[in-house]
Parts: sequence; C-alpha cells; structure tokens
Amino acid sequence: MQLVLEKRAERSATIALISPLIAIGLTIATLCIVFAVLGKNPIAALAVYFIDPLTDGYSLQEIAVKATPLVMIAIGLSLCYLANAWNIGAEGQFLIGAVAGSWLAVKTQGTDAGHWVLPAMLVLGAAAGALYALIPAICKVRFGASEILTSLMLVYVADLLLDYLVRGPWRDPQGFNFPTTAEFDPVATVPTLIEGGRLHLGSIIALFVVAAGAVLLGRTIKGFEIRVVGAAPRAARFGGFNANQLVLLTFAISGALAGLAGIIEVAGPVGHLQPGISPGYGFTAIIVAFLGRLNPIGILIAGLFLALTFIGGEQAQIAMKIPLDVTKVFQGILLFYVLACDSLILYRFRLISSSPKVQSGAH
Amino acid sequence: MGLIEAIILSVLAASTPLLLAATGELVTERSGVLNLGVEGMMIVGAACGFGGAWLSGSIIVGALCGMVAGILMSLIFALMALGLAVNQVATGLALTILGIGLSGLIGAGFVGERITPAPHLHIPGLSDIPLAGRILFGEDGFVYLSIALVVGVWWFLYRTRAGLILRACGDNHVSAHALGYPVLRIRLYAVMFGGACAGLAGAYLPLAYTPFFIPGMTAGRGWIALALTVFASWRPARLVVGAYLFGAVTILQLHAQGAGIGIPSQFMSSLPYLATIIVLVLLSRARTGGSTAPAALGTVFVPDR
Amino acid sequence: MPDTTSAAQHTGATPLLQTVGLTKRYGSFLANDKIDLDIRPQEIHALLGENGAGKSTLVKTIYGLIQPSEGEIRWQGRTIVLSGPSDARAHGIGMVFQHFSLFDNLTVAENVALGLDGKEPFKDMSARLEQVSRTYGLPLDPKREVWQLSVGERQRIEIVRALMQNPQFLILDEPTAVLTPQEADQLFIVLNRLKAEGRAILYISHKLDEVKRLCDTATILRGGRKVETCNPRAETAASLARMMVGGEIMEVKAAASRQITVPRLLVNDLSLTPDDPHGIRLEHISFELRGGEILGIAGVAGNGQDELFAALSGERLAKDPGTIVIDGHAAGHLSITRRRKLGAAFIPEERLGHGTAPRMRLSENALLTGHAIGNMVLHGFVNTAATLKTVDRTTETFDVRKAKRDPEAASLSGGNLQKFIVGREILRDPVVLIVNQPTWGVDAGAAAVIRQALLDLAAGGAAVLVTSQDLDELAEITDRIAVMFHGRLSAPVPTAEASRETLGLLMGGSSIEAPETPHATRA
Repeated sequence: MQLVLEKRAERSATIALISPLIAIGLTIATLCIVFAVLGKNPIAALAVYFIDPLTDGYSLQEIAVKATPLVMIAIGLSLCYLANAWNIGAEGQFLIGAVAGSWLAVKTQGTDAGHWVLPAMLVLGAAAGALYALIPAICKVRFGASEILTSLMLVYVADLLLDYLVRGPWRDPQGFNFPTTAEFDPVATVPTLIEGGRLHLGSIIALFVVAAGAVLLGRTIKGFEIRVVGAAPRAARFGGFNANQLVLLTFAISGALAGLAGIIEVAGPVGHLQPGISPGYGFTAIIVAFLGRLNPIGILIAGLFLALTFIGGEQAQIAMKIPLDVTKVFQGILLFYVLACDSLILYRFRLISSSPKVQSGAH
Repeated sequence: MGLIEAIILSVLAASTPLLLAATGELVTERSGVLNLGVEGMMIVGAACGFGGAWLSGSIIVGALCGMVAGILMSLIFALMALGLAVNQVATGLALTILGIGLSGLIGAGFVGERITPAPHLHIPGLSDIPLAGRILFGEDGFVYLSIALVVGVWWFLYRTRAGLILRACGDNHVSAHALGYPVLRIRLYAVMFGGACAGLAGAYLPLAYTPFFIPGMTAGRGWIALALTVFASWRPARLVVGAYLFGAVTILQLHAQGAGIGIPSQFMSSLPYLATIIVLVLLSRARTGGSTAPAALGTVFVPDR
Repeated sequence: MPDTTSAAQHTGATPLLQTVGLTKRYGSFLANDKIDLDIRPQEIHALLGENGAGKSTLVKTIYGLIQPSEGEIRWQGRTIVLSGPSDARAHGIGMVFQHFSLFDNLTVAENVALGLDGKEPFKDMSARLEQVSRTYGLPLDPKREVWQLSVGERQRIEIVRALMQNPQFLILDEPTAVLTPQEADQLFIVLNRLKAEGRAILYISHKLDEVKRLCDTATILRGGRKVETCNPRAETAASLARMMVGGEIMEVKAAASRQITVPRLLVNDLSLTPDDPHGIRLEHISFELRGGEILGIAGVAGNGQDELFAALSGERLAKDPGTIVIDGHAAGHLSITRRRKLGAAFIPEERLGHGTAPRMRLSENALLTGHAIGNMVLHGFVNTAATLKTVDRTTETFDVRKAKRDPEAASLSGGNLQKFIVGREILRDPVVLIVNQPTWGVDAGAAAVIRQALLDLAAGGAAVLVTSQDLDELAEITDRIAVMFHGRLSAPVPTAEASRETLGLLMGGSSIEAPETPHATRA
C-alpha cells in the first residue's frame, strides 16, 4: 500500500477550520502514550494538564499572563510567514526589547522620574526589537543572506548580551551576587488589572494587537500585499508590490511586537531583568502562529491553549513529577500534527496498492 | 605538548561535529530537500549517544545509538515533508523544537554522569613525532571518520551514477520523475543519510568532546552546519575548509577567554554566531554568476500518477 | 529485446503498439475514456486534440509514467504492463517531452546518461552520443551545461537521448512549438529518416498543416474520448479542426476600417542587462506603436521576449526614462503601478503564478492589477464589493465558465482563466495593451474570443503589442510584425508582406539587415 496525495481543485474551507482541532486531538492521543511510557496514569495526567488550570482563578490569570507574550509575538510572526519571510529569531528580539526597556528602568532607578517612564520603556522595547529584527531583514534584502540562519544566530547573541549586562554593569549591588537587576520602581512597572492579582495591562495591549492584525490582514491593501507576496511572489511583482519592502516591514513589525512583549514581561510579571526571563516564548510563538493558521483570531485562541500547556506542565511536574520537558515534546508534536493536517486543506490523502495488477512484463 | 599543538588539536575536535553534520546536510540538500532540523537531530543524537555509551560502556555502541536516533528523527521529517508535502522550512523548525524537548526527556536520567571519552589513536613512533605526530596520528576515531566521510561523499556525488541521479533530483524533480526516477524515495535516502550524520555529530559531543551530557549542549552547532553548506556552495571540498575555519573561531574565543583578555566572556562567546552572520552576508554578496544552490532546493514535489 | 529483426517480423497488419480500451480516471474525472489506438511500424501517427482532450495523459500512460485505471497496452501483439518509463524504454518506447525533461545545471552528456539504463560506461556512452548526433545531423557538445543552450539545442538533446535507446517507437509532444519553420523542416527530415528505418512515431501537434505534410494517420481526441482515426492527407485543416472542437469555430473578424492615430507606445534604443544570469540582454530595441494598430513580435522562446515584457511593464526598470514613452509620458523609470495609471495594461504569458495568484480568489486577483486605479481601494482599505463587481463584469462580457461566483484562480480551466485575465485588463479601457502569448495552451473557442477582443480593442483606438511564437496567430490579427532574436528586434514589416520564409530566417538569427533572398540561402 502507498499513500498518494491528490491536489484539490480548491482549498477546503471546512478542513481549514477543523484542522487545528484534529491536530490537538491527535497530539493529546500521542501524549497519553508518552504518559503511559513514563508510567503515569494518562487520564489523571490529562486532567492535571488541561482541566485543573481552568478551575481556579489564579491559574486562569496565569494563563492570560503567559498567553500575552505568545499572542503578541505570534501575530508579528504570522505577518512574516504569510509574506514568506522566515523570522525565527523572535526569541532574540524579545530579549533585546526587554534589555532596551530595562535600560531606562535601571537608569531612572531611585530617581523621582514620573509616570512617563513606563510608556518610554515600552517604546524603547518595541523600537529595539524592530531594529534588531531589521538586521536579518537587511542582510536578506541587501545581500541575499538566509534570514532563517541570521535571525536565529542573533538569538544566541541577544542571550549572551543580556547575560553580560545582568552579571556586569546592571547587577543589583544588594542582590547577593545573583545575576539580576534591582526590582524596578513602581513607575517602571506594568500595572495589574486586579488588585493583588497577576493579570496586567499587557493582556489588554495584546488584545489590541490581535484586533489590529485582523483589520490589517482582512481589510487593507497592505494586508493583501503581504498575502500575495508570500503566496505568489511573481504575481505580486506583476501587481506592483515590492517584496523586499515587505520583508523589511514584516520583520520590523514582528520585531517590534516581540520587543514590546519582552519589555512588558520584564516590567510586568517578572519585575526585574534576569537571565531566563523567557521559557522559549519566541519559539513557542512559532507553534502558536501555525496552530492559529496565521490568522489573528486563531492565534489568540492558540496562544491561550499553548499557555494552558505551560501552566498544566508546571502543575503536572509538581503534582505528578512529570518532567517539564514533556511540555516541550508536547508542543513539538503539536506543531507536527498541525502542519500535517494543514496538508489536508490542499490535498486529499488516498491509499492505493503500490504495484500494478500484473507484475512488470519488461524483463 | 606545546600551545600551538594543543590549539590545533582542539580546533580539529571542535570542527568535527560541524563537518559531520554539514556533510550529511549537504547530501540532503543536493537531493533538493532543505532539512532545517539539523539542530534537533543533533541534540537527540547527543542524548541517545551518551545514553547508549553510558549504559553499554562502549563508545561505538554510543555512536551507533546517536546515528539511529538521528535517522529516526529524519524519518519524521521525511514523512512530513516528502510524504505529506508539508512546507520544508516549517517542518525543519518543528523537528528542532521537538528534538530539544525529546533530548531533555531522554537525557534527564544521565545528567551529571560521566563516561570515559573516546580514545585517541596512538601509533608508537609516528604519534610521537613532535607537533605533526599528534595532529596526524593521534586523533580520536571520529576525526578520521569525518574526513573519510567527506571524501566518500565527494566520490559518490561526482563519480557514481547514483550520485548523478541524486544531483539530478536536486536540479529538477519534474524531469527526474518524467525519466522514471523515484524522486521521493531517493530523497528519503538522502534525508536519512543526513539524519545519520547529524545524529553522529551530536553523539560526538558527549562521547569525545566533553565526557558528559548537558541539555542544549549542541548550542546552535546544527544551525552553523546549515550555514556551512551555504558557505561551501554545496561542494564537499569547501565544506572542509569552512568547518575548520569555524572550529578555529570557536577555539580562539575559548583561548582568548582563558588568556584573560579584558573582554567580557559573553562577547567572545558570541563570536561564532556573529562570524556565521558575517560569512553568510559576505558569501551571498560575493556570489554573482550562476546560482550554486540546487535548483529544486526546498520545493515541494507531489508526483502525479 | 527489440531490434530490427523483431520489427521486420511485425510489418504489415500487426500493429507495433496498441491500446485497448485504455481508461484513466482521476476521482470522478475521466482523463481518458476507453481509447483504442493502433500504431504500425513505419507509420507517423498524429495525435490531435484541444488542450484537455487527454493527449498528454494518453502518451504518459504509453510511456509508463501514469498507470491506467482500465484497459491494456499491447506491444507487438502481446499485453504488457509498464511499471515505469524504464520499462517502456526497455521495450523500445522513447519519448520527447514538450516541456523538456532536462537538468539545467548538468552537462549534455550527463543529461543523456540519465535517460539511459546506465549499463554502459560513461566514456563509451559519450562516444556513442557524438556518433549518434553526427549520424542524424543533430550536433551537440557533450561537455556544455544545458542552461547555456538555446531552446532548439535543448530539443536536440531530448531527441538524441531518445534515439540512443534505439527505440522502435518514438513519441514526440509538440516538437515544433519551439522551432523556426526552417528548424522544423530539418526535424521532419530526421523523422522521415527514422520512419524509413522501420520505426513508428506518435506525433502530437496543433499545427494542422504540419500534420497533413508529415503524418500517415491521425487520431483525434476530444474530452478524453477518441473521435476518429483518419488519413490527414484526405482531410482539410478546417475539417480536422472541426473534429477536434466538435463544431464550428467562431471566426475572428477584423473591423472594416481602423483609424491609425497618434503614437501610444514609443521604445527608444532600449538596452537592459538581465537580473537573472541565465537571462537575455536586450540590445537597442526601438519601435513605435500607434493607436488603432496591432504590432506582433515573433520569435523562438527564450530570445528576450520575457525580458522585453518585464521592461515594458515596469517589473524591471530602465535607467533612462525616455527609453519607454507611454501615451506621451516618459515611463522608463516608472513602476508598473504608475504605468497602469498612464493607461497601460499588461498580460503576461504565464497565467498561474504571474498573471494571477493561483490559490487566491478571482476577486483578489482582480485587485492584484486593479488596485492602481478606480475605486477598489479607499484610504488603504479594500472595497470588496468593487472587486467582486469586476469579476462579475468580466464573467459576463467574456463568458468565463466557473463553478461559483468567486472561485480560486487555479480551479479554472486554462481557457477560462485566460479569458478572465484578458477581460480584467481590457475592461479597464487601456490605451496601450502589451500581451505575451495571448492564446498559449487555450482551447480554440477561447482563443477566438481573445483574438476578437484584441482586434476590437485596437478598433476602439488602443495600441496593442502581441508577442507570440505562433506565426498563424500573428498573421491573423496583427498589422505589422517584427522578429526577436538574441535580445534584438528586427524592423517591423507589414504583415501582408511578411512571408513565413523571411520570418523564419529572422527567427533563426539571419542578419536583420541582410537582403531578403531566401531562395539563395536554400540553394
């Protein structure tokens, strides 16, 4: 037997809608096998992973907090991927945004600087993320260097830069030699939405980003340009759209969003700059973007779902001693299933017998 | 042992995983497939390689485990990118993300353990010649293997009919199909070869480079190997030059840190990554004439029947 | 294995190759429906039909590339099953593809080696290659890489590769589409020689005059079914065409009188180096095109037609603004969007991927070229109603057949998609229309609609530039013809005065200034 792909005349709208759900179903089935191999009760483990976090207010807030950077980054990445520009360095842009914004927080620490500090930090973070993302974009447009490799290399560089700063010049003198800055002043901190809670203003900003992304892609000529350049580059050129400009634009937007997410994370839930501020948000956001089918609303839902797996993974580690890496494996498998199911939108899968009815009569 | 000798030895050791992984990827890409999951295959190869060696006490068993793990990873890629015609860039990314998670899961039991690293060749007399002796006759087996592999790949690609067919698939899969060549099967073999090489390259790290496993120990070497194939213009001979250059950069920054130059260590550590970017920019800019990348690289092929 | 002795045994009544009830089904679509075909030794057998009639599917099945759903293939009277092209080649079946099955970055010798079974050492093979190519008068340099060669030379590789298998039966798919008339004559000499050697040939072409000259038998397919097998010499081109189409073809009528007005498109000494290292450099191209006039550009593919289209459309910019003047405005430096705003419209050769984005809806493809002008975009926002209206108007005016109101471009047939593209541009009332291969791979009905639309547009006062490899098409609709060769353009001559012979010589690179003495060169 052999698997054969048959091209559909048109993409299937039904499957486009349900393919992420099929993917999630298949991933959970696979996860059960992983749990069984690890010697855990799959049903109990699934409950800890996917149900328990939804049952208490603290966890619900935590899901929103984790989803905030994922969604913001993924919206930017989806613009890049639609335009066929492969920014995989969002993790680095996130870190650079965090670093740039933190610079102001560190410099104004203990001064009587007013409420302008936080907005200025956010602007700095976004600007730095955009500039950092423009490095691979310019390398691609100007010199033809693969943006995939250059954007990824810059992740390592950003990570090392942050490490240097918090161990060197920006280290908190009262921090017992820990590699961290001092806690940011209140004017340099993202306000929470609920007294004593974790939910913060960043989540509102993320929702705004989703709405803006939906309008851009669905209603404007610029959104159309982005989609055509990715789907049919030669036709886009014929239409008068400049692919190079769009590479620069989409990288700048996605870098800005990643940088903004970075400074919001540092000035919000974390409260100071330190290594390990990101559990791989920049890479998980790639999964979010694809699971959301590069559609802003889809990304919002996918971001919440992936955030759930982070929280569920932490709880499963505490409650059932399931290693944290299971969450990463889960996310990786999920991306595979999403991509495989997306193939169903364009093709029909058929199994046929692999050899002709009669054996070859050639020899 | 003199400083220069030590430096050359460590450069060769640092270059070997890059050379192994890049050689495998070169064959994969020559068949027209872009597998960006080298980093993922390497890190799983490192975890399984170390695990195999630790459990069996044999470096060779460890190396084989690494290769098998790399092949299994590459088969996932092949199923997606060849079987289901999924975008190769996205699939390669997914493979890396999965690999990083899997290696953590597999390696969790071994973290903190040590093994005896792969022995170095010793030919009495020859290996004792000052300077050249240790360098030429005193390496670990992987170093010789990697060089033999590049020579073998060169011979295969340019001197055998199978190599010609593989290059033809990478140049134009529609033509290859029209002439009756099983494009997808040929690509499957090329992807598996790439997986075996990446797995071996990953296993080299805990088996010969450092005698223990730590999560994330490949530290981007898989991505640098990908850049090396571009650097080499998809030609095996230039791959050797590129791999040793990169190995040299890695070692120089280590020695510079050791020598206590007043530059923060993080800046020195970022050198290999920055060097990769600079090399990619310079090379892409220098390449004017005909494009050297395989013409069908990264494109989806679905045969009609 | 087949050789001349086995062929000798099967002369006369026994067909060399037969298909019996051959059927190929794709889902519910029947690409081939119970096709019976008999081919005898020493026969040149034409396979005729419109695009989509099932010719390609049939020959690919005979060559082992496609497995039939039902029916069988008989070779010298025995049923055979072909699991792949190498099986077919082992029997003695060879094929020359329309879109060549070559590898651009490999050498000629390597390309030929890939088409053989590989049992012969490479050196011996190279020697035999030179010998075969000399014997049949098809010279080739085995060491050159394919991308350096012209289209004609590439076809030579394909033919020599097929001949090196010493086939008893050779399939040729539209071999003359890329040749000058003189090169086609050369090919016919080779084909007649192969016939004299006892081989059979299955010949696909849409040039009916050629078929009448060359072929002994013709089988006509329509909609996947066999319509008729006949002697083409006993038929007229018109009767053959009727069988292909299954009815009368709308006749294209030029307006009685056309007003030739002011120059709408001027090209002054345009030279341009290509981006693509494999591309062609445009050299000192100059011409003038007036309103109400249709100028044709003939030439073999790959002589700079694509590069000229890119330069005229603004996909590639010229350095000097004055080299291209659209409706009185220097436009060499202007983007394609700015040129559209000056009243120019463009139709590229490639429908899917250049003229349209295949996986986008027709309304989005209307926006692709329509965003420059009109009311499709307001303050950066897309007016979806306006784009849909364009689709509806185009559908009505040009009879575009589609399954629903706004399908994806790729789901339309070639003819209907081309009608949509032509309609999309013409309904904007352009003053200059530049079109490349307007009816390539399009059924006869759609081709007639499109040619008529071009004539009507010119009658309305627009200037039309048509690039085509089809000399018959150019003869039918143009007022003047120029020829493109190696990036140079000959001086246009009135169509009525341009003989096929003269045009053919120009297409083959005879000096553009040379005196027109075709008889002298033939002697």
